[in-house]
Amino acid sequence: MAVHTAVRQTSAAAPSDTTRTQPLLSRLGGLWFVLPFVIVYALFMVWPVLTGLWSSFFNTSLAGGDSEFLGLDNYLEMVRDDAVWTSLWHTILFTLLSTPPLVLLGLVMALLAHRARRLGWFLRFAYFAPFVLPVTVVTLIWIWLYQPGFGLINDALTRIGLSEVAWLTDERVAMIAIVLTTTWWTVGFNFLLYLAALQAIPRELYEAASVDGSSSFQQLWHITLPMLRRTTGLIIVLQLIASLKVFDQVYLMTGGGPNFSTRPIIQYIYETGFTSYRIGFASAISYMLFALIVVVSIAQFKLFPAREESAS
Amino acid sequence: MRPTHTPYGLSRRSLLAGTAGIVAGIGLSACTADDLIGNRTRVRYWNLFGGGDGARMTQMTDAFIESRPDIDFRATTLAWGAPYYTKLAMSAAGGRAPELAILHLSRLGGYAPGRLLDPFPLDMLAELGITQDRFLPDIWNRCTVDGELYAIPLDTHPFVLYYNVDICREIGLLDSNDQLIPLSGTDELIEAFVEARRVTGNLGVSLSTGDVSPWRLWWTLYRQLDGELFDESGTELILDEERGLEALEFMRRLSIEEEVAPRGADYQAAVANFSNGQAAFLFNGGWEVTTFQTQQVPFSMTTFPNVFGNTNRTQGDCHCFVLPHQRNRDWDNTRAALEYVAYMLQNSVDWAAGGHVPSYLPVVESPEYLNLTPQSHYRHAAENVQLDPDVWFSGSASDMESQASGAFGAVHAGTNTPQEALDQFRGALQRLLDTPSPV
Repeated sequence: MAVHTAVRQTSAAAPSDTTRTQPLLSRLGGLWFVLPFVIVYALFMVWPVLTGLWSSFFNTSLAGGDSEFLGLDNYLEMVRDDAVWTSLWHTILFTLLSTPPLVLLGLVMALLAHRARRLGWFLRFAYFAPFVLPVTVVTLIWIWLYQPGFGLINDALTRIGLSEVAWLTDERVAMIAIVLTTTWWTVGFNFLLYLAALQAIPRELYEAASVDGSSSFQQLWHITLPMLRRTTGLIIVLQLIASLKVFDQVYLMTGGGPNFSTRPIIQYIYETGFTSYRIGFASAISYMLFALIVVVSIAQFKLFPAREESAS
Repeated sequence: MRPTHTPYGLSRRSLLAGTAGIVAGIGLSACTADDLIGNRTRVRYWNLFGGGDGARMTQMTDAFIESRPDIDFRATTLAWGAPYYTKLAMSAAGGRAPELAILHLSRLGGYAPGRLLDPFPLDMLAELGITQDRFLPDIWNRCTVDGELYAIPLDTHPFVLYYNVDICREIGLLDSNDQLIPLSGTDELIEAFVEARRVTGNLGVSLSTGDVSPWRLWWTLYRQLDGELFDESGTELILDEERGLEALEFMRRLSIEEEVAPRGADYQAAVANFSNGQAAFLFNGGWEVTTFQTQQVPFSMTTFPNVFGNTNRTQGDCHCFVLPHQRNRDWDNTRAALEYVAYMLQNSVDWAAGGHVPSYLPVVESPEYLNLTPQSHYRHAAENVQLDPDVWFSGSASDMESQASGAFGAVHAGTNTPQEALDQFRGALQRLLDTPSPV
């Protein structure tokens, strides 16, 4: 860490010298490098974000035609529309259900793979493999696994004398089924982050602890977990943001059903905008979600503030 | 390493300028290639047939392309349902749509005929043998808006009854010609399904409780009871409480009380349950015929039963050809598109093999079609077919269909009582009705 800060100091001092001596032209040279990206970013990111905000005040239709200025009507309709709030709740419910297993399982898997000597490569491969599959393949596999009558899971349940579960067609379990699939699919990424962090913990700490006669549980509790704190913070932030934008696996597995019980907010935005052509109203809902994600992100920064804190 | 003395900024700039030039060049050359082909008569055709009927459509289209080398014909298949309709609407809104496209007739009202769709030139159609007298009057009328023709029906695809011949013979439901004896009335149907379940050991009738199947079943039942959803003007909700509930009670009876139908099954499961003999009957559209023929299921098909003893009405829809709006319509291209339409209609017996009832009456009356079994068994269903009501939010894969299917699918699952389902659907419809049409 000391090296790191030293570099920062020198680099902070450097620019004031160079900017004074270098000609204007080559200082602008950097601009040319970022220009292609800036253009693409402005065209496909900034511009749609602004037009989205603009159209949220109009009854813009995807099917063309004239649009009228509505003021805040779209936002008022949003407040009154139950479907907005129930689908937002489904997104939050998905986040609440999926984040703990994704973080804890990732950690447990990383601890196992880190410890395993001969099987380490196999565990690393097996744990991470599902993550490289595209969402369409993952959902296709799991839809067949969940199938009543002949699906693998229900077949296993009936073989051990339990009754079948209508995984994707029962309102009470459909969300859990989706969380299970998501966990299997994406836990590998958290596993990888944890594993990298584990490998960065200095061995001396454990050696010193062993010399002092601490048990392996004490080492886990007092060395490993505290040293992983920053990684955990990072994983939770990434996880929350990923979960708030859940859409693909739900859309592919249940289409938001049964009876809209798994429909996330993004799907409602999609349906409003693209099935019902109401881009204006859909934009208003997206802005609400945008605001929510900003609030969550700010809260995260407040909870896990300085980057250097744990190292200093 | 020549330009060691050149300032970096300049060389970077020239590099970037060069790159930009190349990119622009690629863009331009792509445009010109497109324009050059444009010298030939050009037809771009969008459709949404991705399943078994898609393969059939491609075969027929390829045959047409081979016979007409003078036409540059490009068919594009897009994802079925909402994605397709969104893309088509957007292309038509911009006035740069393909020459020809497929549309479900139930969607016509919500597709702003006159703005998103262009009317067909009747004189040109007449020259090609496409005239009103060669179609069912009800269907033709639905294709006409304000005196202009906006759609040419290719087929009608009704909701029908599939039955397993072996199982039905075992329980004595077949006549001497191995045809299902007509079943009618709720009790007779339930009795047949209970008998069938005794043989299969699992289900009597297979159906899907997901996608839009619950809407199809409910609308069939509700229309058999003469139920209406909207008044003539399409602005007032007149959903009939009693009839709506009676239809839902029957659905509940199937899944919950008698347990002859599944509580929860998605579309693939519904098809699989029938094909592997877990159920003796299947409620579905006619388009799965090829699936079961390929799998050599001993099956046949007939019109949807007369459940309440007064009519054989059944939910259904028509695939139609439409002319999406083009700002600068080229009539040579349009004529080529219409020649393709005429070709498809005249050869629609091949299309009918996939389970759709042809709309073109000369084909329906041809011996070739009548010999096509089991497809011709339910041809009369086309006369009784019930399209979605004519409002902007209805039609194939529409918001109304998904609202209905959500609420009514839960009746099969037992999580909604018929009353709760009807109230939920009524609320959803009223909300849609209160929303100003975005088209």
